[in-house]
Amino acid sequence: MNRKLSWFNVTSLTLGFAFLYLPMLILIIYSFNASKLVTVWAGFSTRWYGELLHDQQFLDAAWVTLRVGVISSTFATILGTAAAYVLVRGGKFFGRTLFSGMIYAPLVMPEVITGLSLLLLFISIGLDRGIVTIVLAHTTFTMCYVSVVVSSRLMTFDQSLEEAALDLGASAWDSFRLVTLPIIFPAVISGWLLAFTLSLDDLVIASFTSGPSSTTLPIKIFSAVRLGVSPEINALSTLMIAIVAIGVITASLVSKGAIKRQREEELAGNRT
Amino acid sequence: MAEPAQQKVFAPWEDPSEKPIIRFEGVTKRFGDFTAVDKLDLKIYRGEFFALLGPSGCGKTTLMRMLAGFETPTEGHIILDGQDVAPIPPNKRPVNMMFQSYALFPHLTVWENIAFGLKREGMEKDKIEARVSEMLRLTRLEQFAKRKPHQISGGQRQRVALARSLAKAPKLLLLDEPLGALDKKLRQETQFELMDIQEKTGTTFVIVTHDQEEAMTVASRVAVMDHGKLVQVATPAGIYETPNSVYVADFIGDVNIIEGAATPNGDQVEIAWAEGLAPIVAKSSEPIAPGAKVHFAIRPEKIYVSREPDMERANRVQGKVIDIAYLGNISTYRVRLANGQMISASMTNARRLSRRDFTWEDEVWLNWTDTAGLVLTR
Ligand SMILES: Nc1ncnc2c1ncn2[C@@H]1O[C@H](COP(=O)(O)OP(=O)(O)O)[C@@H](O)[C@H]1O
Ligand SMILES: [Mg+2]
Repeated sequence: MNRKLSWFNVTSLTLGFAFLYLPMLILIIYSFNASKLVTVWAGFSTRWYGELLHDQQFLDAAWVTLRVGVISSTFATILGTAAAYVLVRGGKFFGRTLFSGMIYAPLVMPEVITGLSLLLLFISIGLDRGIVTIVLAHTTFTMCYVSVVVSSRLMTFDQSLEEAALDLGASAWDSFRLVTLPIIFPAVISGWLLAFTLSLDDLVIASFTSGPSSTTLPIKIFSAVRLGVSPEINALSTLMIAIVAIGVITASLVSKGAIKRQREEELAGNRT
Repeated sequence: MAEPAQQKVFAPWEDPSEKPIIRFEGVTKRFGDFTAVDKLDLKIYRGEFFALLGPSGCGKTTLMRMLAGFETPTEGHIILDGQDVAPIPPNKRPVNMMFQSYALFPHLTVWENIAFGLKREGMEKDKIEARVSEMLRLTRLEQFAKRKPHQISGGQRQRVALARSLAKAPKLLLLDEPLGALDKKLRQETQFELMDIQEKTGTTFVIVTHDQEEAMTVASRVAVMDHGKLVQVATPAGIYETPNSVYVADFIGDVNIIEGAATPNGDQVEIAWAEGLAPIVAKSSEPIAPGAKVHFAIRPEKIYVSREPDMERANRVQGKVIDIAYLGNISTYRVRLANGQMISASMTNARRLSRRDFTWEDEVWLNWTDTAGLVLTR
């Protein structure tokens, strides 16, 4: 593993990562800048983070974002898991192929179109734009991601475990609740974290579906930046990067740990 | 094992007043246009250890899954304890199954795995405790109660699966190749353990296997299957001694098969099988049409090998020893007859110390009586 890298590999790696992370790094560095001028370095300070905490508008937006994220990813996880379960486990039913194709369509749908169509829907049914509409919109677009994560886990799930549960007298619901769900739970959790980070990140769909009283952080940042970049925004963005990074890393650790454990169990299962 | 007083033979299938616990009535199962189980009729009795034997893909698992409720017969009925099971879902059937893959719940401990079915019944806590302890004792798993399935050995997992399926005291226990994953020694141990448990609990066992030795060891009766059909259902001895077809004879143990044309002669049949050689004389319980093409089946141990023809036996043929397999207590001789046909004959060793053993290339006589073999018409 500790192979010495050639200069070519080192260069391409550095370039690649610089390309990916330099902008973020600059943003993070300037968020600790003491100066009010964004581009002039005046020493290290956490001043802007403190100021952020006293900015009611930002706090409101953060609170909205958090609620939308938690609620929508929870709904998305429930719906996405249910959809994955039916599509993987439901056996052959009429229109199954169509349904499984349709559940993945939003993955490739341009966000602008998703946002616009949701906006039209909300207007046509007379739903006032606000937190509710953002939650609904985020549930819609993150659900398919959850479904992808959970169904890939379900495909490798040994169906005879469910049959064993039924055989021992469990109802279909009990066998899902007591056997299937605990075993696929790591995948469900990664699905939730993925949905949460997607919801946190989203600007386009939120812009279409938010109302005046329900501004999310990405919208706040985007509109603030149009008036000029402030150190406060840098601080806020740094915080968001941190949260998203934690979410993504946790999700991958959870699924990695689960895969490792399952591999151990499988190996044990083949050992006699 | 059994006390001398208990000499009554367990054979409910011979008693017409006995009601079977399971009855298959013309059961057919089709997957698309493939017929996995074909118009099958079968009766299994309470307390039996019934073995389904057959090559891979002959429909054994499908038969079990229909009993457990995971597959529905395309045609016909399955009657369990006088009741048609068709409308009963798997979780309501008084049947438990031990899965081929064990299907232990990986996230639950051994104790929780065994208690799973009892909890679903809504049994009281202390009763569950007692029952699980009993099962752990029965399967000698007491010290593993707190382990997860991946923390125990294959043999132990197999016993957990057994304990779990026995815990609910089902009327009927289905075992789908339960010992398939075990090595030979553990397998034999477990076979005896299974028989012991079956005797102790009195549960009716239906076991699937493709290992004929296993079927012969554990079962009260054996059903030999082929392509979704039952070829023969009989006791292990019956299957071995009086197979009803070449398929069964060939499937169970070693057998020599000689083809020929039959000529009935009183209660005997003469089978012309090779030009210039005397016909084989055999008794047949069934009437056989003159000129019918038949197979004569004879087990190697029913053939007596000698240097001179044995005039007391009705059949005598000469041949040359090609190969000898020495198996300790017995030796099996492969003998080529004048027409090129190979015949296996086995002899118990050291029965007569004075007798000189035969060696390769020796000219020998193979002798057997008119009741040593079977005349099979299919
Ligand atoms: N769900 C199914 N769909 C299609 N074919 C099946 C299904 N289950 C079993 N079969 C077929 O039925 C035949 C019998 O299978 P099975 O009962 O599992 O055999 P065995 O247990 O005797 O090896 C096999 O040829 C198998 O391919
Ligand atoms: Mg099978």
